[in-house]
Amino acid sequence: MEMPTEKRYPIVMRDIEEDWRNAEHSMGTSIMAVQFDSGVVVAADSRTSMGAYVSNRVSDKLTPVHERIYCCRSGSAAHTQFVADIVKYYLELHSLELNTLPTVLSAAQLFKTVCYRNKNNLTAGIIVGGWDPVHGGSVYSIPLGGVLVRQPFAIGGSGSTFIYGYCDANYKENMTKEEAVAFCRNALSLAMARDGSSGGVIRTAVITKDGVEREMLPGNELPTFFEQ
Amino acid sequence: ESNLGRRKEGGKEEKGVARVGNMSSVGTGYDLSASTFSPDGRVFQINYALKAVENSSTSVALRVKDGVILGAEKLVISKMISPESGRRVHMVDHGIGVAISGFVADARQLVARCQEEAFSYRDIFGSTIPVRVLAQRMANYMQVYTLYSYVRPFGASILIAGVDEENHQPQVFQVEPTGITVGCFGAAIGKGRQSAKTEMEKLDLANLTCEEAVKELAKIIHTIHDDIKDKNFILELGWVSPQSNYKYERVPRELVAQAEKAAKEALGDLSDMEEEDI
Repeated sequence: MEMPTEKRYPIVMRDIEEDWRNAEHSMGTSIMAVQFDSGVVVAADSRTSMGAYVSNRVSDKLTPVHERIYCCRSGSAAHTQFVADIVKYYLELHSLELNTLPTVLSAAQLFKTVCYRNKNNLTAGIIVGGWDPVHGGSVYSIPLGGVLVRQPFAIGGSGSTFIYGYCDANYKENMTKEEAVAFCRNALSLAMARDGSSGGVIRTAVITKDGVEREMLPGNELPTFFEQ
Repeated sequence: ESNLGRRKEGGKEEKGVARVGNMSSVGTGYDLSASTFSPDGRVFQINYALKAVENSSTSVALRVKDGVILGAEKLVISKMISPESGRRVHMVDHGIGVAISGFVADARQLVARCQEEAFSYRDIFGSTIPVRVLAQRMANYMQVYTLYSYVRPFGASILIAGVDEENHQPQVFQVEPTGITVGCFGAAIGKGRQSAKTEMEKLDLANLTCEEAVKELAKIIHTIHDDIKDKNFILELGWVSPQSNYKYERVPRELVAQAEKAAKEALGDLSDMEEEDI
């Protein structure tokens, strides 16, 4: 007996590729955050894709949710923007009640609650990185299901799959700021080289007790490796 | 209480006060509900709620160098009552305790609310509720009951004491039926609060350790206890101290026994003689 199939001839390009005209904005993405001696570096690529079309080649995936707390967004652009706005709101109320800077843990816990409770309706992979007076610099990862885990460094997004080995081999504890930024730039550059959904520029934000320093490394200045 | 006479404010009579024999002052017509102000800007129901606390047995809290101590004078109405019941000092979170004075039934509700607030804070933010945040939330909660005519204010005050996880600072807060919260080095509520405060002011709280403070607190409560009007009492003590790893615990029995013994000796207490026929 012949198995029924969905589609017969002719097969057109539309059937093979996702049609970008109707696709959701997705942030294919490579993101990461690294804790170093006096704070945290968060870093991301800048490509937002709708299927095969790059809808924004200079997007900013590093979103502040408080003075010294940033999140890196991967997955659906709409979902992660919405979640980040919610967390920003609650975190502000919280810091007013506390009358001090909120902890990175409290921000991460809020992200986790939203992502976990709405897991069926969200596609959001978030990395939270920041500095607070109680714990210093910390990095928390909240991948798709809504699990919360603290890590010395975290990588996420579709491009991260290509750099697990590189990161595990090259991460050191208590790096200096310059070492941490270089680590991020090298890792993301490798990810962007291999992942079609990641590309553009590398944005970094260095968060310490003294403030946040944001930088952008354009595509033509990215570190290059073997095949590039 | 009927011999206390009228309450006077700065030597003058309060407005709206009726002289009714020897009874304490009443606000004629303006005191029937919490939603009514009197002409001189009082809400009498709140004042009356504070009275309920003033007439109950005493609770004391001390903030010292390395922790906090909570103590309550639990009056024993009858020997038939189990000494464990009628708890006055409760755990509200791992590192925070609460002592109550006033209507015990009202106070139990407040303790339950403290526990809910502490739990929900931990659930939402992932860390222990700071004592000042809990105190402010309880104050806001109690204030709501001073707004409406169909509820009455809580007839209880609470003392919230703990050591903040974030900076290891001991904190003591007093929360009243008015909805005000005040941070204290030493706090006392209930009938013996004035005498307790006098005793506390003699102490150098900032330099006491928790073990020393337990002894001082036992002495304070034994001092203010009115042997004539009230018979026996049980001293309930709780602390958050280095010895308890900065967790709220009832003070260990041996330490309580030592403290009570020292307190009685200091007062030259001869209550052992009461049992004998004279």
